[in-house]
Amino acid sequence: MPEISRDEVAHLATLARIDLDDAELDHLAPQLSVILESVASISGVAGDDVPPTSHPLPVTNVFREDVVVPSLTAEQALSGAPASEQQRFAVPRILGDEQ
Amino acid sequence: MSAANRGGADLTRLTAAEAADALAAGETTSVALTRAALDRIVAVDGDVHAFLHVDAEGALEQAAASDARRAAGAPLHALDGVPIAVKDVLATEGLPTTCGSKILEGWVPPYDATVVARLKAAGLPIIGKTNMDEFAMGSSTEHSAYGPTRNPWDLTRIPGGSGGGSAAAVAAFEVPLALGTDTGGSIRQPGAVTGTVGVKPTYGGVSRYGLVAMANSLDQVGPVTRTVLDSALLHELIGGHDPRDSTSIDQPVPDLVAAARQGAAGDLSGLKVGVITELSGDGYQAGVLARFQESVDLLVEAGAEVVEVSCPNFVHALATYYLIMPCEASSNLAKFDAMRYGLRVLPEGIDNPSAEDVMRASRDAGFGDEVKRRVILGTYALSSGYYDAYYGTAQKVRTLISRDFEAAFEQVDVLVSPTAPTTAFKLGEKLDDPIAMYLNDLATIPANLAGVPGISLPSGLADEDGLPAGFQILAPALADDRLYRVGAALEAALEAQWGAPLLSKAPALDGEN
Repeated sequence: MPEISRDEVAHLATLARIDLDDAELDHLAPQLSVILESVASISGVAGDDVPPTSHPLPVTNVFREDVVVPSLTAEQALSGAPASEQQRFAVPRILGDEQ
Repeated sequence: MSAANRGGADLTRLTAAEAADALAAGETTSVALTRAALDRIVAVDGDVHAFLHVDAEGALEQAAASDARRAAGAPLHALDGVPIAVKDVLATEGLPTTCGSKILEGWVPPYDATVVARLKAAGLPIIGKTNMDEFAMGSSTEHSAYGPTRNPWDLTRIPGGSGGGSAAAVAAFEVPLALGTDTGGSIRQPGAVTGTVGVKPTYGGVSRYGLVAMANSLDQVGPVTRTVLDSALLHELIGGHDPRDSTSIDQPVPDLVAAARQGAAGDLSGLKVGVITELSGDGYQAGVLARFQESVDLLVEAGAEVVEVSCPNFVHALATYYLIMPCEASSNLAKFDAMRYGLRVLPEGIDNPSAEDVMRASRDAGFGDEVKRRVILGTYALSSGYYDAYYGTAQKVRTLISRDFEAAFEQVDVLVSPTAPTTAFKLGEKLDDPIAMYLNDLATIPANLAGVPGISLPSGLADEDGLPAGFQILAPALADDRLYRVGAALEAALEAQWGAPLLSKAPALDGEN
């Protein structure tokens, strides 16, 4: 399995929406490589005939009757928001300058 | 414990069952028990740092309400009036919930987790929220953004993790009961290194609604206590079906308290116990193994038949876990996007920043190193081209580990091993070596991968360092009652040998009389 480079960690940080500074990148890249090396030990353990298990129990959709029940009020739902306006979450701009 | 001193300074030393008996007999009040717990926290928590938030006013109000209910002759739950602490990963309405992270600093949930609602409905005063590794990621509680918890046996050592706060609070006699969560051993491993009892119930046996998820297919809420009986009482209270959790099992909880009482009588004849070959040899501290072997001998004396059982794929459990867990964690933590709750940091040097700019800056400032490490690892393992090689492979090995359990439980009723390979290590010792840190969960992780229940109880003190070691018992899914029967029998035999509970041998903390 491939070793993880500093540039790859920077790319992954972008995908994960985390700004990492240079010191963090220097620190993390070798640690992730060590973890991945250890994880590589299981690559040949299970044959093609072994089905994957995503969950310890069989998972099925759970439904309830379509009845209106009390839920959080808008005020409660917004109570932890960093910013809100007119009973809505206020967020920074979502589209880029060119859009 | 005599009735005479139940009203005095010894209230914090009562087990939950003893406190419940004292309340029922009218020998103390919930307000007295709660005040004693709060006083003890004031006296020792500066050193231990088990708590992130203490709700003295709320707890005393709940205690007064319990006393009023009792005075009115209302029907009461067995634990009504007995104070409890809750790991800070569980949502508590009106009480801060931070998951040990800066990204949730000051967040106050507008709702209760189902387990918290059940505690309140049963009348247990909630003393406060306990410290933990950030988002339950860690084995030492050193990854809390609010500073580490210290082990009451030796304040220079870790209390285990991620539920070190809950375990330390119980071990330091700050509360008789606490709730923890166990994703790879975060209830059982802290239990082992603090000399307390910790239980990971069957996956789906206790509701996860309102638990801030790290890894959904692994997380489970469970009890942290000083005795096996106390864990049974608390487990019965929080267990059972919850329509708000789609993975909650719609079946009655077995009679766990009856199983604990039966076990305490000490007869295990007819029981077959399997010692897991792969979890009782290399890599374990000599003193931990010695205490384990003595406990196994006590099970034989109690009438159990002990055989060695091999679970060959358990050696792959750690690597499997450290792939599956970050994958699920990276997905779960995507919700911390600085938009709807939590920290919002505006990036420096950018005019009119976009939501994505704000998200990146907020997540960098709000997440600690271990969380970043796991989110990035999960992002990598789930990325296009690597998914099959990593996540897919791990899911297949998970099947093999479950099959090992199935084969083992065809031969024996319960499986046993030491809970953690070593006693508590020094704070800071493994902080920069993730693999060394992860090795602490070696023996606890297989149960999470397969969803089976497990208990850790104290097996004694290791000769090398005089620190507690843990004994782990695992049972098939939905057979949680077996943990309590075997656990209570072993606890009774060990305490008869020691002449007192193990925690009574812990050194005095500052502020103690």
